Formats: sequence, C-alpha cells, structure tokens
Amino acid sequence: MPKTSRLRPRRLADWGWGLAFVGPQLVGLLVFVLGPLIFAMVLSLMEWNAGGTQRFVGLENFEGQFRSEEFWAALRNTGYFTLLVVPGDLVCSLLVALALNNVRGRVVYRLLFFMPVVASSVAVSVVWLWLLNGEFGPLNSYLRDWFGIDPPNWLVDPDWVIPAIVLVSLWRGIGFTMVIFLAGLQSIPAMLTEAAEIDGASSLQRFWHVTLPMLSPTILFLAVTSIIGSFQVFDLAYVMTQGGPGNASRTLVFHVYDLAFVGFDFGASAAAGAVLFVILLVLTLAQLWAQRRWVHYDE
Amino acid sequence: MTPRSDKAVGSAAKHLFLGGAALLMLLPFVWMVLSAFKDFSQVFVVPPQWIPDPMHPSNFVDAWEALPFGRAYINSVYITVTIVVVQLLTCAMAAYAFARIRFPFRGGLFVLFLATLMVPTQLTIIPLYLVMREIGWLDTHWSIIVPSALFNAFGVFMLRQFIRGLPTSLEEAATIDGASRWKTFWLIVFPLLRAPMSALGIFSFMIQWNNFFGPLIFLSTPEKFTVPVLVAQFKGQHTTDFPLMMAAAALAVIPPLIVFLLLQRYIIEGVALTGLKR
Repeated sequence: MPKTSRLRPRRLADWGWGLAFVGPQLVGLLVFVLGPLIFAMVLSLMEWNAGGTQRFVGLENFEGQFRSEEFWAALRNTGYFTLLVVPGDLVCSLLVALALNNVRGRVVYRLLFFMPVVASSVAVSVVWLWLLNGEFGPLNSYLRDWFGIDPPNWLVDPDWVIPAIVLVSLWRGIGFTMVIFLAGLQSIPAMLTEAAEIDGASSLQRFWHVTLPMLSPTILFLAVTSIIGSFQVFDLAYVMTQGGPGNASRTLVFHVYDLAFVGFDFGASAAAGAVLFVILLVLTLAQLWAQRRWVHYDE
Repeated sequence: MTPRSDKAVGSAAKHLFLGGAALLMLLPFVWMVLSAFKDFSQVFVVPPQWIPDPMHPSNFVDAWEALPFGRAYINSVYITVTIVVVQLLTCAMAAYAFARIRFPFRGGLFVLFLATLMVPTQLTIIPLYLVMREIGWLDTHWSIIVPSALFNAFGVFMLRQFIRGLPTSLEEAATIDGASRWKTFWLIVFPLLRAPMSALGIFSFMIQWNNFFGPLIFLSTPEKFTVPVLVAQFKGQHTTDFPLMMAAAALAVIPPLIVFLLLQRYIIEGVALTGLKR
C-alpha cells in the first residue's frame, strides 16, 4: 500500500478497525479454546469430582493415570489403531488415486468412494455392527462359505476388535484421503513423467523416481493429519463397542470421555487429556521438522 | 504386445480394480437399505439374504415414531446452518484484518490462532462442560452453536492466505474515495471470497452435521438431540433389533447422501481445496 499522506490519519482508526474485525473470532478463541485450555491444565492438578470436592493435589492425577491399567490400555489401543490405520489408509488411497488418475468415469468412481465420508459416523457404525456380527453378519458368513476361513467374532474378540474398527475406519476414510491424493497427482506436471517415459523409464521407475518424490508434500501432510485424526478416534469405539470387550477397544479419547462423563472424575480426565495433548503437540512439531528434511518442494 | 493393446489391458485392469473396490464401498449402504425392510426373523437367515422376502416397510415408521426423528432433523439443520453462516462471516472478517489492516499485536494474535489448531477439542471439552453448567447452557443448543460459530482457526488462516493473494488496487481506490474499512471489506473483498468460502463452508458443514462428541456431552433431552446423538440413543435402546436399527441408520444417512449426490462436484472439489481432515 502506498504511504501517501492522505492515508496516514487512518492509522489510529485502523487499530480500532483491526480489533473490531478480529473481535468475534478472538472472543471465541479466548473464551472457548484458550480459557478452557488453561482451565484444563489447572483441572489436571486438582481433585474435582461430582461430589463437589475441589482441591489442589499437584501431580496426583497424573500419577493415578500412570498407575491405571485402563490408561495404558487406552494408550496401547490408540497406538495399535494408529499403526494399522494410517499406513493402511495411505497405501489403499494412493493405489485408488493412481488408478483413478486419467481413467474414464473418474467422476463416478470418485463419487462412490466418497460416499462413506459424507455419511454420519454414528449411523454407519450401527450398520457395521450387523455386517461384523459373528453369528449372522454377512461378512463372516461369506468368509466361511466362500473362503473356508474360520473367522473371528470381530467386535466381541479382544484380539480382533481393533482390527475391526480399523476396517470400518478405512472404509470411511479412503474416499477423503484419495481425493487429496488425486489433487496432488494432478498438480504434477505431465512434462516430468513424459520426459521420464521418453528416457525409457518403466512405469514402476516413473512412479518411484518421479511421482512419489513429487507427491511427498501431500504424503507427509496426509500422514500427519491422519495420525492426529486417528489419535482422536472416538465415535466408532463409542457406538460399536463402548470400549469393550473389557478394555480392548478403549481409546484415549474414549478414556477421557469415560473418566469425565461416566466417572465424573474431571481432574483425572483432564490429566489423561493433557497426555493426549502432549502427544499431538509432539506429532505436530515432528511434522514441521520432517517437512524440512524429507519433503521435496517444487519451487 | 503392441503399446495400444498394452494400454487397453492396463485400462481394463484398472476398471476391474476400481469397480471391485467401489462395490465394496457401496455394499454397506445397500445392505443398510435392503435390510431395513426385513422382518426380525430374517436376521438369522444364513447365508445372508439380500432381498427381503416378504418386504417389511413398517420399520421406517417404527423408527421414525420411536424417537423424535423429525425434531432431530430440524435441530441438526438449523444448528449446522447457523454455525456455518456465522463462522464464514467472522472468519472472513478476521482474515481481512490479518491480511490488510495494521493494528497492534497483529503478528502475535495470528500466531496464537495458528497455535490453537493443535489443541484437541477433547481436552477443552471438559472445562467447557463445567463452564456451560455454570452459565446454564447445558442441554441447550447455545452450548453447541456458540463455541463452533465463533471459532475456526483454520478458516481464518485459509481466508487470510487467499486475501493476501488478491490485488490491492481496488481496495486502495475505494479507500481514496473515502470508503470506510467496513465498506471496503463488505463491498469489495467479501464478494471476492466466494470460491474459498464455499469450499470452507462445505467442509465445515460436513464436520458440524456429523459432529457427535460435543452434542453427546452437552445435550440430554431427546427433543434437543441432533441426528447423530439420536441414532446413538436409538442404538442403545434397540441393540438387538437389527432391521429397526438399519431403518434408523437409513433415515440418518440417506437425506444428507442425496444432498451430497446433488452437489458432489462442489463438495469433493471443496474438500480437495481445503483438505483438512475431520
């Protein structure tokens, strides 16, 4: 903006305008995010329950969590879930996106893959309850009849409940990740792959040495958002299993919810939530660091 | 093999793979709709029977009447629309200020907005619950509308980046003609934000419509429930009646799916543009 003398008297007025324009969102940020965040930190250091007890207890809530079997189960389950769902989602979505790139009828396929993304997670959980049912669910019936497999009773088996939730998450998430991959693929200049083709690179070589490096910012972005998202998994576990059987599908967020709104132990819940926050913070910082090291940007 | 037939085989393989995968995506919906017409006794048929015989359409009526579904739809629609509209306006205003107006602490405040992207709602919802209880907003729609309507850090960030990419000449001309900041924003900048705002609005709409965690915690009267909470409540009451649950799920899934089919191009492209998960 040119600094003409005519604009100068506006400067003071601009201070007011600036704050007024930022105002509504700033109030939201202070009242509904920053305030509660500080409150949550304080809460994690207090005994605060439904009985009306409110007193400072230092790190007792954290000690209590670290001694609690449920907390470790939640951490383990969430880690296991993330370990399965993130690579699964990235690989499947990339395969679909690669197949979809430059194919006839792309719009129709894209539509079908995206349908589960739009559907309410609660409603589709209800549908999958039946699909995955051990006795009269269609999935197990076909596994038995067509493949001769003796299938597990997914949602009731402690060893299979997390893979089952992973399966539903993949079904729900692939469409979204695939759309982002497609956008990434489409931004790769055709010139590059064509040049590699002329130089005699096989399609696998073209994928490995041209497409994949050009796609690395997208892959990193999706990996990080996908990890962060999977650490916050709740809806499916809540509706399909209520964290069960036992604690086999208790996730971190389910644990936080359960402590606060079933057990009414707000202090302990805030402590568990704080651990989740630290994990997400570390993951986000790791993203920034990884971005500098490995990602190829086409500048 | 000639390159051309090689390509044809490749294309056929692609369609085979994509068709199979797309079918897997679609089948749960087909199962949901067809099974909603089943009688309870047909649940136990093995191997599963896809087409119900006889048809049993009363599940839809039973599901609709068992819980206030109509009410839940009205609640979901007006809550979601209010949140998205207010969010878009306030985000655009904040984005304009961050992009164009010089005011004290601008840089610091902007960093603060970015930093809050990392704060998980699951952590802040506990104190928020206690605050809502204190001010009497528990079990009211205020508790769901206000926090979401007044805060979307990603929206502020995205629109600010967009505004910074716009040429300033029009705004300068308006300023020289004596237009106030508000007029400049409302008449010149705001209309230019249609593309990013529709992407953001669609994205926000999807998130808010399917939002379950907040309403689950803040609402307790069935008449005030949004659609997802109502379905969860329904599931709790009718766990064993699978066909009835399919009807309830279908009632929750199909109307938004129709809207999606009608607007699919804008929705998918909007998502590709904003690309932030959940």
